Order: sequence, then structure tokens, then C-alpha cells
Amino acid sequence: MTDRRTFIKDAALALGGIAIPHGNADAATWESFFQTHFREMDATEKKRVVERLEKEYSEKYKKDITVGVEKAIPGVLFGYGLDLSRCIGCRRCVYACVDENNQSKDPQVQWISVLRFKKGEKWSDLEDSEKYYNPAQVPEEEYFYMPVQCQQCENPPCVRSCPTQATWKEPDGIVVVDYNWCIGCRYCMAACPYGARRFNWGEPGRKAEEINPKTHYLGNRPRPRGVVEKCTFCIQRSRNGRYPACVEVCPVGARKFGNLLDPKSEIRYLIEHKRVFRLKEDLNTNPKFYYFFAYGR
Amino acid sequence: MPAFITNFFIALRQIFIGTKSYYLWVGFLLIPILAGLATYFGQQAPNGLIVTAMRDQVSWGFYISNFTFLVGVAAAAVLLVVPAYVYNFKPIKEIVLFGELMAITAICMCLMFIIIDMGHPERAWHILPFIGMMNFPSSLLAWDVLVLNGYLAINSFVAFYVLYKLSTGKDYNMSLILPLIILSIPWAVSIHTVTAFLYNGLGARPFWNASILAPRFLASAFCSGPALMILLFQIIRKVSDAEIDDRAIFKIAELIAYAMGINLFLLGAEVFKDFYTGSVHAASIQYLYLGLHGYSALVPWIWFATVLNISAFFLFLVPKTRHNFTTLNMACIFVVIGIYIEKGMGLVVPGFVPDTLGEIYEYSPTKTEILISIGVWATGALIYTLLLKFALPIYTGKLRFASSTPQINPKVA
Repeated sequence: MTDRRTFIKDAALALGGIAIPHGNADAATWESFFQTHFREMDATEKKRVVERLEKEYSEKYKKDITVGVEKAIPGVLFGYGLDLSRCIGCRRCVYACVDENNQSKDPQVQWISVLRFKKGEKWSDLEDSEKYYNPAQVPEEEYFYMPVQCQQCENPPCVRSCPTQATWKEPDGIVVVDYNWCIGCRYCMAACPYGARRFNWGEPGRKAEEINPKTHYLGNRPRPRGVVEKCTFCIQRSRNGRYPACVEVCPVGARKFGNLLDPKSEIRYLIEHKRVFRLKEDLNTNPKFYYFFAYGR
Repeated sequence: MPAFITNFFIALRQIFIGTKSYYLWVGFLLIPILAGLATYFGQQAPNGLIVTAMRDQVSWGFYISNFTFLVGVAAAAVLLVVPAYVYNFKPIKEIVLFGELMAITAICMCLMFIIIDMGHPERAWHILPFIGMMNFPSSLLAWDVLVLNGYLAINSFVAFYVLYKLSTGKDYNMSLILPLIILSIPWAVSIHTVTAFLYNGLGARPFWNASILAPRFLASAFCSGPALMILLFQIIRKVSDAEIDDRAIFKIAELIAYAMGINLFLLGAEVFKDFYTGSVHAASIQYLYLGLHGYSALVPWIWFATVLNISAFFLFLVPKTRHNFTTLNMACIFVVIGIYIEKGMGLVVPGFVPDTLGEIYEYSPTKTEILISIGVWATGALIYTLLLKFALPIYTGKLRFASSTPQINPKVA
């Protein structure tokens, strides 16, 4: 694959030395322009790219920022459970996610949407939901809540639709995006049935002190403008044996997370013993995100 | 240097030589082109797509709407070839070239609309096979890139080959060109089918996920493309010495009548299914035609388009109005505007409203989007003008090259 890259690099440079970016400072611009697809990089190449990105981010935010490339752990397939009988609609998950995953705050980007439904009214088509509810206090007696984020489909329509293979499903089941490969066509957003994908319409804005310095290449590293991003089950945490931020922060324990391949995991227990369903199952996307009711109310 | 290259440049020189009204027209086009460029490089490029009204809920808008409409124009311009060769109808055969040049122009405009819609246009090479990572055959967008560029290549080759042969006064080699022309017919169908499938294949969007979508795309393209060509034929024969037979124009008008009949029928079938069933999947079409929960930005537009399309259908159908240039041109303008609304914003935006989580975000393009889009349209008009200026002297026989020594008829200008 190095051949391919060298070829276009040479071809571009041969275009009459029009090299627009010049000098040392701009070498990184070229590097990033010719950067190959993440899945085609070998270890040394990954190392070089990570070093370049770490330098770039650290200079931009004036603090040390690490970019991990931890691989999927063999024998792990991540699954998520969300207990609708517990969720109180407080949106702490939404904000914990933003804190953890370095989303832009201006313009605002959030990976989790919490939908509010009136009890006793139809909710199958989600159309009667309210995303911007803003009461003085939650939970409200007459409503119930359903948080939605990337469902990490086993059969993801977004991956199928991406024209450049910039988004794919990792061996541990997490659907990721290479922000350096995404061309920003947004076909995946049209394809996603769960409204889980976000586009950086403008330059992501976030104060340096708000940046979470521990990042992963396929997850929460700072994103450029004009690319798509989404929930990765906090890949930078989950691949290091930690819970995603939303699981950790949930004050009522509505969020469960674990290894679907481990018969003794909590997620397996709830799938086997609770009344679970998945969103829009008719589309056969096969989400690894299970909604369930731990108790009736 | 081979003679044909020298001759090419001699022919190319024609685009710089023209009447006062030619210069005026080109100058007139340069204003919106420059305005569009200035808006793109002054606003969208430095700030990102946030200068558009598109957001996560409605992630495609005016640019992709224009793209979709123009794929139809590109497809239909060549579909003129069908009657020409299937029925061996000579008057149309003579004007196929203009259709091919229109196809080239429309594809160029399509590519421009795609480029300006991208978050990272400089990464466009990622989509190419071999040097990029084209997701073929999985992604319909990858298919679209292939068929659109293939279509551009076929039409460019045919058009320029025919011109080259004409310019040397020789008859072109039918055995070489006919297979390509025949190939361009299913290929024209394919570009519009693939573009329809691009929307059609998304289970997430019930509005697009209807099998009738691709047939509707084709039927409407058969209306808008030829209607645009009829208007252009009249301009071409007015400003040049190209002879375009009335019979060709009336034949095409007749074909539009049938296409529009089918288009309206298919629309009716879709409207019936959605509204009579009344499932939750009817929300988008409801938003389009009636408005949803008080949101109705597209309603006046789509009814305007429907009225135009139905009136045009009758104007094309009745021989008397079809053979009268006033009513014929009216009908053509109706169709172009009607289909532009129906197969543009009327197709793209309702796919996103309500969004997959039931939210309604009303999209209407910003001034930036409109200015940039007008710039692309003006660029298209300029491309077509220049292509014609290049082709017409050869087509009409004013410019002829002896096999080796280039000669120019002094009357050319």
C-alpha cells in the first residue's frame, strides 16, 4: 500500500512543483493529505501518524494529548443494555459523553439524544417524541424517557453506504470512523436509522482546559471540521477495561455494558432474563444495543 | 505535431471569436460564476458547511437536490438517441450531438454540486479505485461515481469523435460509433437508476425506500431533459445557422407527453399507497403535500410543481398546443420548473423530515447555498455555450480541414 501512496505523492509533486504548502511547518499538511487509510497502516506507519497527531493536538491545546491505537481484545464483542424502567431523563449521560469524547461545544455536538414520550401514547414511530424537553425537574410523572445513541449494529447500513470505507465495524463490534479518511459526503447519516451520526458542520470549538487528553485514534481524538463522528462505546475506555462514560455516570444504574461473548456477563444475563427489545428491528440492522425493562412501572 | 491537434486548436480558437451578443452573454455568465466562486472560497471553504442551512437532521439539501435533478437531465439528453436509432428518425439523428453535449455539461455540473457538498473535497481521491479505497460494490455512491464518470467518458468520446470526423469532411465510422451510441442508451438509464437506488436502498428513510422510486426518476427525467433540449434547440437555431427540423422538436414533444403521463401515473400510485394505507411511514409525504404538525415549508412548492406538471401534460398531449411554439415553450418551461421542484428539493428534503428519531427540522437553503448553486448553474451554461461555439462551425460545415493543411472559411465567426 506504500506504493500506492508514494505514487500519488510523486504524481502530486510532479504537478509542476506547485506545492502550495511550503517549508517545515507545512510538511505536516502534506503528511496528513497523503495519509493512508487507518486499516492499511502497518505498525511503524501508525506510530508516525500518532506522533504527528499528538504533536499537532498538543500544540493546538497547549497540553499533552495522547492518541491511542489499542486494538480490539480477542474474544470480546461489546453489547449495551438500557433499562427504560429506570431512566429518569436527566441527560447526565449526554453531558458525561461530551466531557469524555471531546465533542465540539460550539457548535454543540452530542452523541446521545434522550427522547421523551408521554405515557400512554404511541411511541413506535418516535414521531411523537420530544428531544428538547426542559422541565424544572426530572423525572416527570406523566412521561418516560428513551436515550438513543449509536446502536453498534452488527449489520450497519452506514458502513455499507460509505463510499470510501472510512467507517467500519471493528472485531469487537464497535463501528468507528477514520476522521482522516472521511470525505464528508454524509451518505452514512442518510443511511443511519437511529440518527446516531453527527457532522462537524463548522470548526469544532472546545476550550483547551475542557479537552480530555486521553484519546483514541478511532474515538475521542479532536476531530477536524467536515467529518462525521459518532458514539464508539468510549473505545478509549472500553478497550482498556473501563465502562463507557455514560454507563459510569448514570445515577440510576439504567445503563449496562459488557461482553456479549461472555456467558457470565451482566449484559448476557439481562438479555436472557429480561424483556428486551431493539430499536427498529424490522430493518434487520441487528443492533448490539438492547433496551429492556428490569421491572414494571 | 499531428494535424488533428493543430486543427483542434484552430477549432478551439472559435470560442474566442464571436459577435457582440456572444461576448455579452459570456460576460453576463461570468458575473454569477465569479459571485459563486467568491462565495464558495470566501464563506464556505473557510467556515465549513455550517454556512448552509443543512444540519444533522437534514444532512443533504439544496446542493444534492440540484445534483439529483441534473443527473436526470444528463440521462435524458442522450435518451433522444432512442427514437433516432430505433425508428431511424433522421431529423432527430441530426441533433443527437446537441444532446450529447448537454449530457457532458450536465455531468460536469453534477460533479461540481457533489464537490461543493463535501466536507473534505480535497480528499475526493479517497473514493477512487486503486489509489483510494472505493467501497465497491457495497456503496451505491461508489457505483454512482463509476457510472457518472463512465457516462461522461462515453459521451465526450462520441461527441468529439463525430466532430473530428465531420471537421475533415469525412463520414464517421458508424461501425465504431454505433456500438458506443447503443451502449450510451442503457448507460443513460443506469446513471439515473443508480442515483435513484442511492436513495432507494436506505431502509432508514421510508420516503425513499419505495420500489417505485427508480421508475419515477426515469419518467421524470424523460420529461425535464427533453423539455430543456426543446428550448435550447430553438435558441441554437436562432443564434446559429444550424438547421433543426420542426419535426424533430414535435416528435420530442410527443415523447414528453407520454413520459409525463407515466410520471403522473407513478406519482398517483405512490400517493395512493401512502395516504390510503396511512401507516407511520406516510409522515414524509404528508409533510411534503399537506404539512406535518404545523410545518409546511414545501407544501406550496410541491403543489405549484404538481399544477405545472399536470398543465404541461395536457399542453404536450394535445397536438394543437404541441405544434404551437408559444404553448409548446410554455409547456417546456412548466416541465423544467415542475420537475426541478419535484425531483430536487421535493425528493431530497422530505426524506429527512421527520428525521429518523421523529424530529422535524425545516430546511430552506441559505443565501450562501443559493449563490454558490447559481454559480454552478452559470458555469454549466458557460460550458454548454463554449461546447456549442466549438462544435457549431464544424457541425454546420463552415469549418472544414483538408486532411493535412488546415483551412478556415473566412466567414466563420
